[in-house]
Amino acid sequence: MTSLDRAHAEEPPSPAPASMQGAVEQAAARPARDESILPPPTSFWARHEHALLGTISMLVFLAFWETSVDLGWVNPLFTSSPSRIVRTAIDMFADGSILVDMQVSGFEFIVGYGAAIVIGVPLGILMGWYSRVDAVLDPFVSALYATPRIALLPLVMIWFGIGLMSKVAIVFLGAVFPILVNTITGVRTVNADFVKVARSFGSNDWQMFLTVVLPSSVPLLLTGLRLGLGHALVGIVVGEMYGATHGLGFLIATAGARFQTDKVMVGIIIIAAAGIVLTGLLRLIERRFERWRPSIGG
Amino acid sequence: MGAVRRAKLDVRGVSLDLYNERTGKSLPVLSDLDLAVFEGELVSIVGPSGCGKSTFLNAVDGLIRVTAGEILVDGRAVNAPGPDRAMVFQHDSLFPWRTVRDNVMYGLDLQGKLAKAERVERALALVELVGLTGFADHYPHELSGGMRQRVNIARALVMEPQLLLLDEPFAALDAQTREFMQVELLKILARAKTTALFVTHQINEAVFLSDRVVVFSARPAGIKEVIAVDLPPERSLSVKLQPAFLQVEQRIWRLIEQEAQKTGMLTVA
Repeated sequence: MTSLDRAHAEEPPSPAPASMQGAVEQAAARPARDESILPPPTSFWARHEHALLGTISMLVFLAFWETSVDLGWVNPLFTSSPSRIVRTAIDMFADGSILVDMQVSGFEFIVGYGAAIVIGVPLGILMGWYSRVDAVLDPFVSALYATPRIALLPLVMIWFGIGLMSKVAIVFLGAVFPILVNTITGVRTVNADFVKVARSFGSNDWQMFLTVVLPSSVPLLLTGLRLGLGHALVGIVVGEMYGATHGLGFLIATAGARFQTDKVMVGIIIIAAAGIVLTGLLRLIERRFERWRPSIGG
Repeated sequence: MGAVRRAKLDVRGVSLDLYNERTGKSLPVLSDLDLAVFEGELVSIVGPSGCGKSTFLNAVDGLIRVTAGEILVDGRAVNAPGPDRAMVFQHDSLFPWRTVRDNVMYGLDLQGKLAKAERVERALALVELVGLTGFADHYPHELSGGMRQRVNIARALVMEPQLLLLDEPFAALDAQTREFMQVELLKILARAKTTALFVTHQINEAVFLSDRVVVFSARPAGIKEVIAVDLPPERSLSVKLQPAFLQVEQRIWRLIEQEAQKTGMLTVA
């Protein structure tokens, strides 16, 4: 908190807690002004407080990890250490062994997740819109949605073998249901007034999907994509652990079996990073589609 | 009123039952309704709350099928929504993800007859007509309630309908804005030269806007009375204080009161 106090040092002391201080004083000084047109905070710290605090806590954690291994508090065989992980990663990228694993897992993800979107979204729209389509397909969707998809792994392996396709299938099965179910909900909750407007202007079903249903379903659709993304990554790792010849999940499993903690960590970090980057991409897409929405909160 | 004026809208013996899927019952909403609206006229429909005014308007728009009788617009029977009619909906029916311009353009987009440039041009002309020049690129949430309803009106007028249907378009506005919008609507309709059917629950509004006011009876609604409003076509808000205006208002109010008493509901919500 010391740096926070320093950031507010120019302002007169106040009994309010530091987090409240700025807002209270600004409100008192300019009572007539709307909050949204207040000048932006000036100091570098105030502008980036959130990100800076996060970075600092992360760095402290990494330093603690490294030192506790260096000082012999914990066995690197169990925990590895940041420097070891970096060194191992450099080696693995240098000899190219990890690139093959990344390619394999990437392929499984792109094809499986892509198919889940291409099939899940249109099917969700149809099931949400036409009650007959829903009546026919709902028993299957409900049953499969309730089944842990991992339980299907042995079957998928029997059907598709140990190669890429079994993992593509398991990624697809993991991702398609959250996408489908959320799209259905999105379509069902479309504002009835908008549907009426579209009808009144002579919209056919196809135009209704494009101009009303899809735009109104965007929030839930993206929720489905985000949930599906998580399931897809789980699918890759578990699928490859269960039976594969390459891939990041395979790498984690085999390295783990040989107590190569550094390699396990590299695999985990790459998958986690992929998850973060992809979630960020989805958020960008969301922002692009939601820019008409009034901002709420601060 | 000339004897040979052509009926823009001709409603003949229309009855309409609404089927409720949940209860499995049919509710008679309209019963044996006859009404003619002539070219250039603005006719309002008032009646006790829940009597089926909006349902009737939806039937004229083609959103609901009638059970018996027929609705003719320019002599053609109405079965579905068509480009000869356009509806101005109640509050908040603008698409929040479309800008003002794109909302106004919506019907033209669906039609797909005109090139994009021409659609934009026509939409912008309507945005100007309703007095929103400079707001074309704004989103609905950035506008006031009154401005949003101007967009709503423009969205219908851009289709150049033969018959404009307005379903309580000012219901969600505050009292002041509402009065101003009534004056604006008269100006806009005079410029657009459109025949209009206007549903409202505010008698004062109906009298101010209309050439004739149709009073619906309680459900199942028939026409209780049609009252011609004998006021100059160019009206300002001060008309509302004239004795002739107040007389018509009083008369309609009494008719509705009678109907409301039938249903056990004295006041008009």
